[in-house]
Amino acid sequence: MKMIDASGLSLSLGGQPILHRISLQLKAGEMLGLIGPNGAGKSSLLKIIAGIVKPSAGELLIDGRPLDRLSGLERARSIAYLAQSGTAHWPISVARIVALGRLPHLGSWRNASSEDRRIIDQALRRTDLLALSERPFPTLSGGEKARVLLARALAVEPKILLADEPVAALDLSHQLEVMDLLRQHCNDGGAALVVLHDLRLAAHYCDRLQLLHQGRTLDVGVPESVINDTNLQQAYGVRIRQTGGSLMDAFALTWSKTGGQESPGQN
Amino acid sequence: MTLSTSGGKADYQGRLIALMAAALACLFVLSLFIGSNPIPVLTAALDAAGDTQSVIALILTEVRLPRALIALVAGATLGVCGASMQGLLQNPLASPGLVGSASGAALGASLALYSGVAASFWLALPAGGMIGSLLATLLVYTLAGRAAGTATLILAGVAVNSIALSLISLLINLAPSPYAVREIVLWMLGSLANHSMGDFWILLPGSLLGWMLLAGTGRSLDALTLGEETAHTLGVNLDRLRWRIFFAVALAVGSAVSITGAIGFIGLVTPHLLRPLVGFQPGRLLPVSALGGAILLLCADIGVRLFPAGTEIKVGVLTSLVGAPFFLFLIVKSRRWQI
Repeated sequence: MKMIDASGLSLSLGGQPILHRISLQLKAGEMLGLIGPNGAGKSSLLKIIAGIVKPSAGELLIDGRPLDRLSGLERARSIAYLAQSGTAHWPISVARIVALGRLPHLGSWRNASSEDRRIIDQALRRTDLLALSERPFPTLSGGEKARVLLARALAVEPKILLADEPVAALDLSHQLEVMDLLRQHCNDGGAALVVLHDLRLAAHYCDRLQLLHQGRTLDVGVPESVINDTNLQQAYGVRIRQTGGSLMDAFALTWSKTGGQESPGQN
Repeated sequence: MTLSTSGGKADYQGRLIALMAAALACLFVLSLFIGSNPIPVLTAALDAAGDTQSVIALILTEVRLPRALIALVAGATLGVCGASMQGLLQNPLASPGLVGSASGAALGASLALYSGVAASFWLALPAGGMIGSLLATLLVYTLAGRAAGTATLILAGVAVNSIALSLISLLINLAPSPYAVREIVLWMLGSLANHSMGDFWILLPGSLLGWMLLAGTGRSLDALTLGEETAHTLGVNLDRLRWRIFFAVALAVGSAVSITGAIGFIGLVTPHLLRPLVGFQPGRLLPVSALGGAILLLCADIGVRLFPAGTEIKVGVLTSLVGAPFFLFLIVKSRRWQI
């Protein structure tokens, strides 16, 4: 069953074409990396699938149902969206921000049950935030903020997780941690669509990559097939200096977590 | 009505509300004991209850009771509307008057006073205020456009407010008699004195309707903490939420301003004062701000009656005198969050 089945998605803003006839498929258990240079239309495509922006043309099915037929809460329960450089407007505590992820399940009046609290606690634990749960959001570092917002998205327990550059503000170790969490979400039967700039992370973690360039799909497939000389030159205008071995060696993830790193406030 | 992460905090919120409600009840009773002529309030209450038409009973039921009731309802309206506007616009400087409701109501009421209709027909003043409030809010909404950003809305609000204020100045300028000028200016100062139970009954329905509309918006305002796009992906229909809050504020603030005149700073300062007590969560802030606004306005109105001056100070003057410097203090204090 395809969780996302989009075809012919086009978008123009103020007469300016942003996306042109994009198709995109995402299955349960799959992690699809959306890559491409700045301005290729990655974030716009993500916002269309999140229901934030309406496409000018095209069809978008979520679990076989057109997105615009879903009610706001139905959509919010199945798709969680992690915005690029998201923020919080009030100095609310970490736990309360993560709790906002339960809103689609609660509606306007139902109170959080013990099950909701268990899910919130689990999201805090998985993102290594339990020790920070009472801290006001503005007092956190950039990396901690990014993890709080990811925990908020995980607390939705969505089928589909859309993440716009989720590792942009993170150090090496927390990058791996966040990617591991997204991967785990897919291994648990969910699906993730992730905008990434780091092709090494993309190649290592994603089942497939979709390369966008000037609002069109340049290539889509397994990382080994999408990351090639022709595509890199056409999309990014770069050529990989061969250091011996295959091209994919240049995009190998050459570090891993030791498990020895302590996060601040954990002791 | 709001989301809590642990039972302890829900209890805390409940205790806070109970404490504030108790304080409000005390202030309400205290307010009945204070007036220009000291009367034996308990005897008066017994007289009123026993249908004895004594003068002191009339002072209690026709002068002091409506005054306290209007302070309670108008204060609660200003507080809860301020809190919801600040939550909607994710901006702590937003006030209930921002969307034009207060200045629109002032313009409508000034027109009623200017034309003299208000003098011959007592309903004309509140009706003018109410219509002005709704029209000004509608104008802000139309000017800003359907998918307007927060900044556009604020700018449209500022523009409509300036237009309304300049038209009021024009009315004062062109006023046919010094009497009309005096009426408009005194009304603009904002006062809870000299109101009847009739005024209270005019104030009540719009206020209640506005409160009910706002009561269901807490969760959506919580979601807006994460910005408009993320709130949308949490199931918030921003268009509908905006309409609902604008309409509620126009109704409630329009009703309040039509009766009391312009009372500044309650709507701005109340949510500020209380926000740290509810963990800065916009939804939890709503009921607390309603209570807080009522408490502040009752305090201010008790204050003006105790003030040793020949002429009674208007309550709107007092709230501005105290509110403006206090607001400055809050801005300086809140700078520590903007590291």
